[in-house]
Amino acid sequence: MSANAVNYEPVPGSAKDDAILVVDSVRRAFGGLVAVDVAHVEVPRNKITALIGPNGAGKTTFFNLLTGFDTPDTGDCVFNGNSMNGIPAHKVARSGMIRTFQLTKALSRMSVIENMRLGAADQKGESFWRGVFSPLWRTQEAAITTKAEELLARFNLAHMRDELAGGLSGGQRKLLEMARALMAEPEMVMLDEPMAGVNPALKQSLLEHIKALRTEGRTVLFVEHDMDMVREISDWVIVMAEGRIIAEGTPDDIGSNQAVVDAYLGTHHDVDLGGPQ
Amino acid sequence: MSWDLILSNSLYTAVSANAIAYMLVALGLNVHFGYTGLLNFGQAGFAAIGAYSLSIPISRYDWPWPFALALLLVSSILLALLLGIPTLRLRADYLAIVTIAIAEIIRLFLNSVRFTWLTGGNDGLQGFTRWMENLNPFPENGVTLWAQKVDGYRLWLMLSGWVLLTIVATGVYLLMRSPWGRVLKSIREDEDAARSLGKNVFAYKMQSLMLGGFIGSLGGMWLVLDKQSSQPQDFSTTFTFFAYTIIILGGVARAKGPIIGTMIFLFLIQFVDITLQQATRTTPTDPTPLLPTWLVDQNNFSQVRFIVAGLVLAILVVVRPQGIFGDKREQAFDVR
Repeated sequence: MSANAVNYEPVPGSAKDDAILVVDSVRRAFGGLVAVDVAHVEVPRNKITALIGPNGAGKTTFFNLLTGFDTPDTGDCVFNGNSMNGIPAHKVARSGMIRTFQLTKALSRMSVIENMRLGAADQKGESFWRGVFSPLWRTQEAAITTKAEELLARFNLAHMRDELAGGLSGGQRKLLEMARALMAEPEMVMLDEPMAGVNPALKQSLLEHIKALRTEGRTVLFVEHDMDMVREISDWVIVMAEGRIIAEGTPDDIGSNQAVVDAYLGTHHDVDLGGPQ
Repeated sequence: MSWDLILSNSLYTAVSANAIAYMLVALGLNVHFGYTGLLNFGQAGFAAIGAYSLSIPISRYDWPWPFALALLLVSSILLALLLGIPTLRLRADYLAIVTIAIAEIIRLFLNSVRFTWLTGGNDGLQGFTRWMENLNPFPENGVTLWAQKVDGYRLWLMLSGWVLLTIVATGVYLLMRSPWGRVLKSIREDEDAARSLGKNVFAYKMQSLMLGGFIGSLGGMWLVLDKQSSQPQDFSTTFTFFAYTIIILGGVARAKGPIIGTMIFLFLIQFVDITLQQATRTTPTDPTPLLPTWLVDQNNFSQVRFIVAGLVLAILVVVRPQGIFGDKREQAFDVR
């Protein structure tokens, strides 16, 4: 962990020397309810950042705003120096920020390998006119397939290659979704509750996969409830409550942060924050 | 009862030019519904546009037929844009509502008295098939296939229709095996997932709507070429529902599905119809029909075919819910 040690100031909205994603005064209200109201937050490059907070804190809404699945009422997100204001979700994805979903979106009636192939970016055969003539895309398709098979092997899904994705277990679907996201070589991977519904045995391997993303030079931002997991893999933690960023810091900072403890205890008396007890 | 006649006529119905029209319309709908998951309930509207893009310019304005075909292409794409732009960003149900409404608007417009000068109103339009008759290489009195007489024009329309259908179906088959088709299927499964992987979902849905709509228009054209008359009542919502029946029968999202589905559907209906027609017939020499008149008689047998067809369809859905060519595994995961 020491190689990934960080020494940013542990306050909400703290500056990072190399931020990949900068969010400025982003606000999203649904009717009278302000779901997200983030003044300023920076996500460090090539680090694993956890986004935590009690239920209803606005984490998933914030995720949707970052990835173009929802549009903020005001404010701007800057990814890699480019404003993401009003950019539709598919273009955000193409710019190198790929997300997964809290409820996995495995494409059930497509085979695992087809799920994987779909993830690849810039496919020639995805144009209507070229699609009819397979010689125009066959070479690229073969390369995509090779890459997909490598990733499937890495994520222990190689034996499921030709099964329909609907036949996978919940944990396998999480793995497939993560592997599929990697097909496009994203710079930043956004994981919405990667551990939800995953059995403990698979959890450990998922953790290793997430750590491997950092080793490959990618940035990871993930939403999670499991504090033990947050402590184990994240370099930096951002805490949301009631739509705002209430704290930032290393996992150790967060465990002893009174604002965080209050935010959780306000709604969850029994949550194990995973900090030094 | 002449079984030669019954069988040859039913078989012919299943492969005739009229059947090809159904196959094309269903093939287009399969692109929408089967592959992309678009709930288009207005496929009859695309067929009507195809039929009248041919018949109006030719019978009213004496256009050369290649221009009419170009108009068919353009107008089917325009209709797809008209349907798609307001609805494809919304939930699937809205497309269903808008398509069924637009298809009905098209039919009522074609049927209206005010525009009779253009569309021929309820009587429809005739006299737009001369060019197709001129292209016919077969002798006019045609041939007899088994016990079924087929005139030269219908034979020509049937054979050229099969060529057209083969080209279109092969094109669709190749497209659906391509990465383009893969994106369509991913949209059917979960459009947010497709979006999260960088696919422009709206553009793909639009392309799907255009392609399937154009194929449906070709179907409408073949229908009126066969009837040699284009009439609004042929393009009621029933036509769309027949097309749905056909693709569910043949197997959704299968290239062969619409073709085999049409054959079974039309064979069944024709077979029941013509059998009952013969079984309820009375002649001066034989005044008692084969079937008792308290059960069914000459005046009501024509409705029975739909009862029987519905029954067979219901049985099929129970016994083989995935259709003739469908994949049982896929059906099992269809949780929507």
